[in-house]
Amino acid sequence: MSHDNHQESFIRKYVFSIDHKWIGIQYGVTSMIFLLFGFVLMMIMRYQLAYNTSTGLEKDIISPDMYNALGAMHGTIMVFLGVVPMVVGAFGNYLVPLQVGAPDMAFPKLNMMSYWLYFVGGVIMLASFFIPDALPAHSGWTSYVPLATLSSGPGQTFWLCGMIFLIASSLLGSTNIIVTIFQLRVPGLTWMRLPFFIWAQLVTSFLLLLAFPPLQAAAIFQLSDRLIDTGFFNPYAGGSVLLYQHLFWFLAHPEVYVLILPALGIVAEVIANNIRKPLWGYKSMVYSSIWLGFMSFIVWAHHMFLTGMGTTMSSFFMITTMIISIPSVIILSSLFLSLWGGSIRFNTPMLFALSFLPMFGIGGLTGLPLGLATADIHLHDTYYVIGHFHYVVAPGTIFAIFAGIYFWFPKITGKTMSEMLGKIHFYGSFVCMNGIFMPMFLQGLTGLSRRMANGGYDYAHAKEVLYLNEIMSISAFLLFFFQLFFIYNFFWTIFRKRYETESDTNPWKATTIEWTDTTSPPLGHGNFEVIPSVYRGAYEYSVEGREKDYYPQTEE
Amino acid sequence: MDIEIPYNVEERKDTGLYNSKLGIWLFLASEIMLFGALFSTYIILRTGDPFWMLHVKEAHLNIPLATLNTAVLILSSVTFVMSWVSLKLKDLSKFKFYMGITLLCSIIFLVIKYFEYTSKFDAGHYPWTHNFYAVYFTMTGLHGLHIIGGIIVNAYFWLPVGLKMWDTEPERFTNRIEVAGLYWHFVDLVWIFLFPSIYLL
Repeated sequence: MSHDNHQESFIRKYVFSIDHKWIGIQYGVTSMIFLLFGFVLMMIMRYQLAYNTSTGLEKDIISPDMYNALGAMHGTIMVFLGVVPMVVGAFGNYLVPLQVGAPDMAFPKLNMMSYWLYFVGGVIMLASFFIPDALPAHSGWTSYVPLATLSSGPGQTFWLCGMIFLIASSLLGSTNIIVTIFQLRVPGLTWMRLPFFIWAQLVTSFLLLLAFPPLQAAAIFQLSDRLIDTGFFNPYAGGSVLLYQHLFWFLAHPEVYVLILPALGIVAEVIANNIRKPLWGYKSMVYSSIWLGFMSFIVWAHHMFLTGMGTTMSSFFMITTMIISIPSVIILSSLFLSLWGGSIRFNTPMLFALSFLPMFGIGGLTGLPLGLATADIHLHDTYYVIGHFHYVVAPGTIFAIFAGIYFWFPKITGKTMSEMLGKIHFYGSFVCMNGIFMPMFLQGLTGLSRRMANGGYDYAHAKEVLYLNEIMSISAFLLFFFQLFFIYNFFWTIFRKRYETESDTNPWKATTIEWTDTTSPPLGHGNFEVIPSVYRGAYEYSVEGREKDYYPQTEE
Repeated sequence: MDIEIPYNVEERKDTGLYNSKLGIWLFLASEIMLFGALFSTYIILRTGDPFWMLHVKEAHLNIPLATLNTAVLILSSVTFVMSWVSLKLKDLSKFKFYMGITLLCSIIFLVIKYFEYTSKFDAGHYPWTHNFYAVYFTMTGLHGLHIIGGIIVNAYFWLPVGLKMWDTEPERFTNRIEVAGLYWHFVDLVWIFLFPSIYLL
């Protein structure tokens, strides 16, 4: 499996590349730009919430309609163009073949097509900001009907077309990852020897594969309702409004696990490496992730308790929702228990991974009242919900993404990012993230609606908590400031010379194949000079009777 | 030129599959979820609308033509299997013959569909007339798109441009036909569900 030495054309190598590593980097860079863009949209909204005409300003910076549009696009961009392409497209693409010892993905050309479909989908979404005299989609990231069907201008149509491309892209990507994991594992890499990251990617890919098509159908229906006046979701024509919500949440609930599972995978890798001992309960983590995957298909209607779908339905989905919290708790507890008795290295990736645990814990536990139909009546559509899912995704998944970037950066470039800048980035982000999202729980508990363009100044019962708006907004701006340290660190490390101390291709002393059997950065297309063979599990750290404290998977 | 991906052509022992065969099964699983959503929509809209049957009666769906179409599509699936078997028996001319019939059948299917659609349009029945027509046109239309996709792929293998792989990598070419065949059978199967649930029920 020698890598090919002949010169590839510039376009083949850097634009329409079929090398999974380059496609992974393409995904990573594109999704980082989208994450930053989504963040900027959010800062505009946060400014509007804290400083608007209700607070004594003469003029709002944006109109209420524009506020709705920014909200809808912030959600869409963060979920479909930022986080999922990052955790599955970038991390999955770059690491899955390396960790299973494959020369590339099973279908390199489909992989390329998957990226470019994602790119086109993203361009369509961005283009909707530039429609003359019209707003981008402004009916929420959920695009509920009849609001979305009736919304003015072509923005919603752009959104639907963009989604169709993104869904096609994720279909190709997830098929590729599943086939790669099933077919291209090297000899000896049995299922229970796989790194947990691979398991997380496998379950995630199945969720993407099976949950997205119903949204494809919903998008087609909504598009035809808008364009040729059919009545799928129009009650006057005998259509069903609830049907849209069912189709949407059938995707969007598994999507939540698409956001969190790969993050758990990344965190498991970083933690196991930095506690220098095996993961506690690896097998129960694996089985829990499979259980989580199955269950995530039958909890979707807990987003719809207030739609009047009936108490029987509510009870069913309430029970399944309570059940699905069990595997999540098993995984999180295993990670916590793993820390016990480890000699922990507190480097930047580990700090992000460690803080992921309580942050995801807060996000998960605050979800329980929302999963109980009775408590949800009060909390539905308040800032409490925003606080809940942002704790899961922002200081949760995004911190896991940072942990992953700091951890695998030396793999991709051969150079380690600055620890000092990394720690400033971490502590600053950690404080600011909590400064943004913790007050949301307080506001939500008073019943403050999540969709007020003026920050809720009309709400008499929210008077006590309105002063928090400014604190949250300032935290958001400070959070941006601390991201500058990351951006600088990222580019500075890429462009600086390699230190002599960085000759080691396995700087974290890890056991998995991607560190032990390829150089950093890996060879060109083909990855491995010699196909490795695997003899043991992924987390054999501090094995007794060995000189080194780690036992690589490929060492006999 | 490209690097070699393991199990691209030969089967992996523990899974018993080559890569694209697993790939197409996963793709079909996702397709089932897509058509599953369409069928669910059909059920929900139909059971929720008391005047549904009136529109079905008024639509005068052409059951004989649809039955003919079912037969044509099943025949095309049979000839597809024959074409794959011919490749296994290393008989290229038979492959061309059977694949040709498959292509012919799929085009006949579309021509019949065209006459069905135009007769609906002539009678003033459009997707926006009533949700029954919305469901009818969306489901049969999406199925029709799948047929067109199949025709493009199958024609590629039948024409010299795709066929030339037979001379260099016969086993890989046979695999390609098998994978395309799995897809074709799926499209056939969707019709076998569509036909009774839309035309007969």
